[in-house]
Amino acid sequence: MHLILFFLFAGFCLAGAINLLMQTHPINSALSLIVVMTSLAVLYLLLGAEFLAIAQIIVYSGAVMVLFTFVVMLLNAGREERTLGSHAATRVGFPAVVALFAVLATILIRAQGLGAARLGEGLSNAPGQSNLFLLSQVLFHDLLLPFEVTSVLILIAILGAVALAHVEGSKIPDSEGTASK
Amino acid sequence: MTSFIQNDVPLSWYLLLSAILFSLGVIGFLIKRNLITVFMSIELMLNAVNLSFVAFACQWHEVRGQIFVFFVMMVAAAEAAVGLAIIIAVFRARSTLAVDYIDLMKL
Repeated sequence: MHLILFFLFAGFCLAGAINLLMQTHPINSALSLIVVMTSLAVLYLLLGAEFLAIAQIIVYSGAVMVLFTFVVMLLNAGREERTLGSHAATRVGFPAVVALFAVLATILIRAQGLGAARLGEGLSNAPGQSNLFLLSQVLFHDLLLPFEVTSVLILIAILGAVALAHVEGSKIPDSEGTASK
Repeated sequence: MTSFIQNDVPLSWYLLLSAILFSLGVIGFLIKRNLITVFMSIELMLNAVNLSFVAFACQWHEVRGQIFVFFVMMVAAAEAAVGLAIIIAVFRARSTLAVDYIDLMKL
């Protein structure tokens, strides 16, 4: 069961990621990125991270990707023209990516005692302790200060986004009549 | 619930998927010529790293891996908001999203 679900959603994930690279229109890339993120949420569910699966759907495929599609709509981004960049990118970049993948895969698989390891059940073996309970225990008790600091971070990010996107002295036109005058 | 969570997929497959997604993100970062799509490739790389965090958290029955993913998500949300605001500002100044024409800081 798990094997089938893993292969199904890992396949979705890879197909979405490759489609992101193949598409020339940004909105198609954004939609395939939503497919990748939603399949990743299912994989999190398989790994026993229920809270993160829901957070992934709400934060990533919800909020972040809506922001992306909104910006694509706002800027009226058309098809990108495929210039193949510099020759250095093609000659050095792609071998470097292949080497990076090889190194990552080798390190991850050869890491001590990982190759034959099987994934267990939830995070805790004690009965009556769900993953969510453990997570909230750590997040809201041990790491309360960093959790609160992230809220300040997000507030600053909102202020920064407004300050960056705002144009000095620009006025919102009430109607077309006043704007043309 | 426990029978549902019983997992017979090796950890290395999750890590391999994570490595593939990360490499695809790097390739997208290199070959895409649109500023928004380049930014999407960065999000893809962040997601790939998150997957390996969750896989390791499950492997070692350690809740802190999931906490880390939670914080990465928060920072990524803030980063997306600021980054897209920068993209809007760049588009307003240059009227283009093609990275080939945004080369003021190139040598």
